[in-house]
Formats: sequence, C-alpha cells, structure tokens
Amino acid sequence: MNALVLKLLAQRIALALLSVLAVSVIVFAITAVLPGDAAQEQLGQDATPEALAALRTQMGLDVPAPQRYLHWLGAMLRGDLGTSSTTQLPVAELIGSRLPNSLLLAAVTALFSVPIALTLGVASAVWRGSWFDRAASTSAVAVVSVPEFLVATLAVLVFAVQLRWLPALSYVSDIESLGQLLRAFAMPVLTLCCVIVAQMMRMSRAAVIDQLEAPYVEMVRLKGASPLRIVLAHALPNAVGPIANAVALSLSYLLGGVIIVETIFNYPGIAKLMVDGVSQRDMPLVQACAMLFCAGYLILVTTADIFGIVANPRLRHR
Amino acid sequence: MSSLSTSAGRAHGVPSPWRMRLGYFGVSGWIGLAIVAFWALAAVFGPTLLSRTGAAGGGAVFAPISAAHWLGTDYLGRDMLARVIEGARYTVGVAFLATLLASGTGTLLALLAAASGRWIDATLSRGLDTLTAIPSKMFALLIVAGFGSSVPMLVAAAAVIYVPGAYRIARSLAVNVNALDYVTVARTRGESTGYVMLREILPNIAGPMLADLGLRFVYVVLLLASLSFLGLGVQPPEADWGSLVRENILALSEGGASVIAPSLAIASLTIAVNLVIDNLPGRGARERGAR
Repeated sequence: MNALVLKLLAQRIALALLSVLAVSVIVFAITAVLPGDAAQEQLGQDATPEALAALRTQMGLDVPAPQRYLHWLGAMLRGDLGTSSTTQLPVAELIGSRLPNSLLLAAVTALFSVPIALTLGVASAVWRGSWFDRAASTSAVAVVSVPEFLVATLAVLVFAVQLRWLPALSYVSDIESLGQLLRAFAMPVLTLCCVIVAQMMRMSRAAVIDQLEAPYVEMVRLKGASPLRIVLAHALPNAVGPIANAVALSLSYLLGGVIIVETIFNYPGIAKLMVDGVSQRDMPLVQACAMLFCAGYLILVTTADIFGIVANPRLRHR
Repeated sequence: MSSLSTSAGRAHGVPSPWRMRLGYFGVSGWIGLAIVAFWALAAVFGPTLLSRTGAAGGGAVFAPISAAHWLGTDYLGRDMLARVIEGARYTVGVAFLATLLASGTGTLLALLAAASGRWIDATLSRGLDTLTAIPSKMFALLIVAGFGSSVPMLVAAAAVIYVPGAYRIARSLAVNVNALDYVTVARTRGESTGYVMLREILPNIAGPMLADLGLRFVYVVLLLASLSFLGLGVQPPEADWGSLVRENILALSEGGASVIAPSLAIASLTIAVNLVIDNLPGRGARERGAR
C-alpha cells in the first residue's frame, strides 16, 4: 500500500458515495416529482380545490420539490424509511423481515457459483479451442442470451415436474430441518447459479487468457515449465485482480436475477417485496427498496474496481 | 469503414469487398438471419394472416400439441401459435423501436461530445455515467412505478435505460475518428460542427454501431420480456412473449407446450441476433472500441 494506491481508493469510494447521492436524486424524481400530483391522483378528477389543498398539505406536497427531496433524504439517512401506503406498516419493518431471506439466498448462490465458475473459467482458458472450451463457452452464451425466467421455468420443468426431486415453490417459513432448507433453496439457487456462473466463467476465462498470451508466459514455456506450473505459479497470480473484479461484477448481476427468481419461486425476499410494491404503486416501499438495491450494486461495482487497483502490481510497487 | 475494407481487399488481391464481406458470413450467420427475418415478418404480417384462420378461444384449456393446434392451447383455450405470432408484434416491435431510439440518441450525443468542446463532452459523459449506477431491471421497475406501463412508456423506459451504453461505445469510436487527419482537414476547411459530426465521423462509426444496435436489441428484448413476466410490462388483453409465459405458467406443472413455446420464441430471437452479430465483419474493431 502506498500513497498512490490510497489516493486511487479514496477517489473510488468518493465517486461511489457521489453516485449514491445522484441515484437518490433520480429515484426521488422518478417516483415523487415527475409523475405529477399524488394528491390529485388519490382524490380523482372531481375533487374540490379545498380538499386537494388539504391533502397536499397533509402529504407535504405544498413545499417545493428540492425541499421535499432534502427532507426525504434526511429521513432516509436517519433510518426513517416512511410508512408503506398499502399495508400502513413501517417500511423499515417490512424490509427488515425480508432482507435476511434475500441475503441468505445471495450468500448460498455465491458459495456455489464462485468455485464452479472459476474452475470452469480457468479450465476453458487453459484448454482454449478444445471441445471442452467450445462446449462451455457456447452454453455460457446461450444462458446469458435467454431471460432468467426461461432458465427458471426449464429448471422447474426438469427437476420438479419430470424428475419430481424438488418442490416447484419455496416457502421459507415452514423450514424445520436441514433437508427441508436444502429443498426449499435448491430451485432458486440453481437458477441464479446458472446465470451467475455463465457470466463469471466468461469473464474469468478472458482474464486468464489475457495472461496466458502475455510474453512472460511464452518465456516460462520456453524455459520448459509444465503446463500446470505455467497456469498455477505464473498466470493465476497475475490474473487474481481481473478475476476478483469479474467475481464482484458477476455478483452484481445477482441483483437483477434475484428480482425474477424471487417472483417465479414465490420466495419471500426483498425483490419480491419491491415487485409487489411497484404493482401496488406503494412509493415509500419502492423508494426504499430501490435505494437499497442501488447501494448494494454500487458497493459490488466499487469492490470490483478496488480489487482491480489493489491487485495491479505496477501500482503497488511504485 | 468501407474505404478501409476496400483498400485492405486490394492489398491482398481480393477482387471485390462485397465478396470478402459475405465470405465472413458463415452458416450460423445465415441461420440467425433467417430466424430474425421470420420473426420480423411475423410481427408485420402475422396478425392480418391469422385473423382469417380464427385465433379465438373456446377449445380445451392447456391442450397438448396437435394437428389443429400446432403449439397447443393457452389458459383460455386459445391457439398458442396465434398468440405467439401476435406477441411477436409487441416483443419485436416495441424492442426494435426502443433500441432504435436508444442507439440513435446515444450515437447523436456521442457525436456531439466528440466533435464539440471538452465541457459538453465531460457533462454528457458524467451525466450518462450516473444513469448506469442503477441496474437496468431496477431502473425499469422504478419507471413503471412512477409512470405506469403503457406501451409508449415501455419504449421510453427501455430507450432511457440503454442510451448510456450506446453513448459510451459510440463516443469511444467517435473520439478515435475525430483524431484522424481528414477530420482535421475538414475543420481547417471551415466546416461546421454539424457537418463534421454527420458527414465525417458518422459514416465511419456506423458499421460498429449497427452491430451494437443488434446487441442492445437483445438486452431490450430480455428486459421487456422480464418486465412483462413480472406482470409490469405489456398489459392484458395485449400480450408479448413475456406475458404469455406469465399467463400460462400454470401449464408448467403439466409440462404444457403453452409455457415452453413463448420462452423458446424469446430464446430463438435473442440467440439468432447473437449469431448474426458474431458473423458480421469488423468484430475486432468493435471489441477494441468497447474497451
């Protein structure tokens, strides 16, 4: 760690914080300012002007938008996420009850997908051009270019309908044993893994190939080192940065995939909560979930950047 | 683009640049092109052809594949083949419109950024970068929450979401072209910024941008299908392929064709577009531009 690396890291983190702020402006503008007068919408076309004015005051709509934004941002920073307009429960409570489920799903998915993807990625980079590489790369392209719900429906069709190994829906509430836990998680995790593994495999394959084509690897090969040694002792240490970058970036795809997967498997997570919020136009809920998701996304993307900076030896030993 | 490949063709003694270009186009490219053309035709002419054969419901619900119903029937007993072909209009049409808007806007803004001063470039780049801080599906959900999901709104939402990506690629290509001698000559000649943008830079980034348009089309199709699958995209009674999967999801437990058919339609379209792009010439230049 030297001053240059620290400066770059500080820049990244500052940029991420700025992005969160900018995202909050966009979220607030889309959900609370641009769609028009929420009071008018609630009361309908033939509301009296007095009733409209009263509701506007009650909803805090009579102050200018920038002021409302600051008020909203301040409340959110203090942890006050508002009250859901459909259930009348505090949004923080709703999210608090669902967040552990989603985090668990993400953690289990990461636990399985990272080792599988890295093994496949490195193997197909080492044997690039072979039938193994071609099969792995083609299936990865196929998985990436179809929607997540297709992967999910096919998984249900194969494992729940044809083979009858697993239940099609998962209900986390009635879990008593480890076996039940595994069965409930199997389908969502399987679907998410397919998508994430395909992304991560492609990126880590590219990272390792980049290293294997570098002149120093040719030098090692001329020296007579075994293929295993070339990969493990020479190429991989240099590819750690790009691979860590790829892992973090791929995990950020989880945030998109989880929206579909939680809905199709009826999994009681935070993404399902948000989708329900959107269809009921429950703005406080949507705002809080959106901010949570974007913050998570930015954390992962920034982590990817940070790995890239820290692992770059040219920056480390300057 | 064209001048480059012509000179390269002459240098290697290849008779015609067109022959060389088609030479790149492998079998998989032609298969992809055929599938894309099929769905495009289905989107344009399908509904008029089908109205005569009768796509109304009333048959058995979730009927399996038969001679009368090539893809079985849906949850109301309607012919699934007719539903999928009607859905093509929404999936292909809406996505194509949104992609054109996104790529067009992105390219124009990129030309503006490359051809005019540093301030406009910096402002546009930072501003559009901010939009990429929101994951695409989340952005779509936000817009639907705020503005509802009418078809024009879906087009606008998908266009807004994919402008930054198109801009970033077009800008990196345009900045390279902008540094070339003939652009400097044009400026010295006293040509306006608009002329430099449209006559000098645009023709030379059009090829890679068309390929990018195809890729972006795939993203838009996937995004819109996902939205419809969540019930937040195209609203009933209209249906795109995503909504068809959603409304027939109950057929899944019986392994019905009515849920598989629209899923495979989406997959065939996106994979076909990928095949076409992979077979286009100038792939290397595009990948360098994307970095």
